[in-house]
Amino acid sequence: MNAPTAATTATKTISFTEAYSRALHDAMEMDPRVIMLGEDIADEEGGGVFKVTKGLSTKFGSRVRTTPISEQAIVGAAVGAALAGLRPVAEIMLMNFITVPMDQIVNHAAKLRFMSGGQTHVPITIRTRTGAGAGTAGQHSDMLEAWFAHVAGMKVVIPSSPADAYGLLLGCIFDEDPCLFIEDAMTRTQTGPEPEKGRIIPLGQANVAREGTDVTVIGYGRPLRDTLVIAEKLAAEGISVEVLDLRTVSPLDTDSILKSVAKTQRAVVVHEAPRSFGAGAEVAARIQEHLYSELKAPVLRVASRDVTVPFAKVLEQEYLYKPSAIEASIRQTLNGKGRR
Amino acid sequence: MTSKQDFSPATLLAVYTLALRIHLVDERFRGLLRSGRLAAVYYSPRGQEILAAAMGVHLNARDYLVTTYRGIHDQLAKGIPLRSLFAEYYGKATGACKGKGGAMHITHPASGVMVTTGVVGSGLPIANGLAWASQLKGEDRVTLCCFGDGASNIGAFHEALNLAALWKLPVIFLCQNNGYGECTPYGKATASARISDRAAAYGPNMRGVTVDGNDPEAMWTASAAAVARARSGEGPTLLEAKTFRFMGHYFGDPGAYIPKAEYDAALAKDPMPATRAAVLASGVSEAELEDLKKQIEADIDDALQFALDSPVPDLDEINRDIYADPTGAPA
Ligand SMILES: Cc1ncc(C[n+]2csc(CCOP(=O)(O)OP(=O)(O)O)c2C)c(N)n1
Repeated sequence: MNAPTAATTATKTISFTEAYSRALHDAMEMDPRVIMLGEDIADEEGGGVFKVTKGLSTKFGSRVRTTPISEQAIVGAAVGAALAGLRPVAEIMLMNFITVPMDQIVNHAAKLRFMSGGQTHVPITIRTRTGAGAGTAGQHSDMLEAWFAHVAGMKVVIPSSPADAYGLLLGCIFDEDPCLFIEDAMTRTQTGPEPEKGRIIPLGQANVAREGTDVTVIGYGRPLRDTLVIAEKLAAEGISVEVLDLRTVSPLDTDSILKSVAKTQRAVVVHEAPRSFGAGAEVAARIQEHLYSELKAPVLRVASRDVTVPFAKVLEQEYLYKPSAIEASIRQTLNGKGRR
Repeated sequence: MTSKQDFSPATLLAVYTLALRIHLVDERFRGLLRSGRLAAVYYSPRGQEILAAAMGVHLNARDYLVTTYRGIHDQLAKGIPLRSLFAEYYGKATGACKGKGGAMHITHPASGVMVTTGVVGSGLPIANGLAWASQLKGEDRVTLCCFGDGASNIGAFHEALNLAALWKLPVIFLCQNNGYGECTPYGKATASARISDRAAAYGPNMRGVTVDGNDPEAMWTASAAAVARARSGEGPTLLEAKTFRFMGHYFGDPGAYIPKAEYDAALAKDPMPATRAAVLASGVSEAELEDLKKQIEADIDDALQFALDSPVPDLDEINRDIYADPTGAPA
């Protein structure tokens, strides 16, 4: 579903895919240190299986390179080139394949700044794509952001609008730390207001996507778009939902979370990844640690099921988080003690 | 740079001087560990001094090194300052990595030591990236990547060699074949007769060479060719240096799995006394070599004292170098 476009002066809209492409193009234009590598990404190979890198190799030549199917070699080369002062953007075609270069990401990209005592650092961006709903089942649909958020030194980003996708991807590329940028396969053709050219969104800062006073829904990515629609619907009933888009899963913007929940005193956390040990548990724990006595209801979580993504359409939908559960959870927090 | 000369007596002496430095540093570390004056994991390079030195004399500080936990000989051959090295082994604030990396993760970019990794085989893909950057920037830096024979069986090795050959990267993959990966002998872990045979699988851009890493002239000559090839943009080399590991896998490993006959045969060909004899035969006097040793020992004494006198890291170091922005550190 398309989120309603917020009141904006922008007249044009663009899709997520256009936003990713534009960000990559503009980054390469802005800084000659930006280089790119990944499977099939050059124009001779079609500009990437999802066409995000289309046109870049034609314009930027050897700065854009198609690689063999060698995920360790891809991320390793990005790490090495970053150590030598470049700003590599590596594409890992789908997030499940990130299990292959885990060593390069977890043991090297994330830790070299710390282990070297700050002498070196690894400003790489790893772009990847994932999301359930397209019937690609167990090995092509996983949301694994929590794995990386759990490792000190990594930054993990999931945008929920094309304009944010553009600004946050630029944010990743020009950030001094290793960033994992996650593109949602199911929203790629959805549209939103056009971003302002060259506008970088700094990482680690959540965004109040919608102001409200009764309950805060905290999340990122696809479920946030659903949430905005639900919030609009509930507004008609007089329920005022604040929607906080984390944008960056790690580092987590605790200040913004606490500020919003201190105001509304109720919180629902949403994400597409499975519920257990997910990012939502961390958000809920932080709220509880800081705002225990101020909460009017327990912090609720909406997420997907703790199972392997199934193939059959009915099962796949049963696996996925449900927008109806977001709405139900909002109502549940309000039905508890003392709705104001 | 010595690469254009022949293997002259002066070159032999240069190789031996660097090897002796490695040898004496290693001896000192083992002594400190034995006497309980240092507590650290330690992987002795004893037996692999000559190969590192014979490569090292061809490199300058702008060249890059990626090595492993058993990498102290490579780091010294690359010119890492002794004080930074010793202080890091002691976990001191003045160490190369402020005491945050330790023995297995030495980094010192000023001398070109870019990565030391404790994960077997993981350095090769990173070395490619450093080499790729040099290629893109049009710099004539060489990237040297050191690893063991055991590492050549991990997937990353193959991914990295394929990419390096495809992209003709200025990188040297130096496999230090010491016959063992932990306790497992070469033949039980590696299906190829020689590691360098594997170069053929990566086409004409990848050159494969096996050399006696304990023979200073052979190692120096093979290194010269690999460095010249990389510097002139002709592509990567898989250079397999045959050697032997005298001290077991880690400090304290008695190496009971090594057959006595094999050990004794290797010891009879110990490259350090053999090279010393060659240096003497080339006209350098005993007295000169004694002076050389004294000078190195003095440097080591200084480095050790520096490490001992240095403060431990400030506890606040734990919050630093996680992200570029220190306020990004987790609560
Ligand atoms: C990926 C990985 N697997 C296992 C280990 C444990 N390990 C440490 S050293 C070693 C042996 C490596 O042998 P080799 O590559 O020949 O190097 P050498 O120690 O002989 O220099 C092993 C298995 C490791 N550090 N990393």
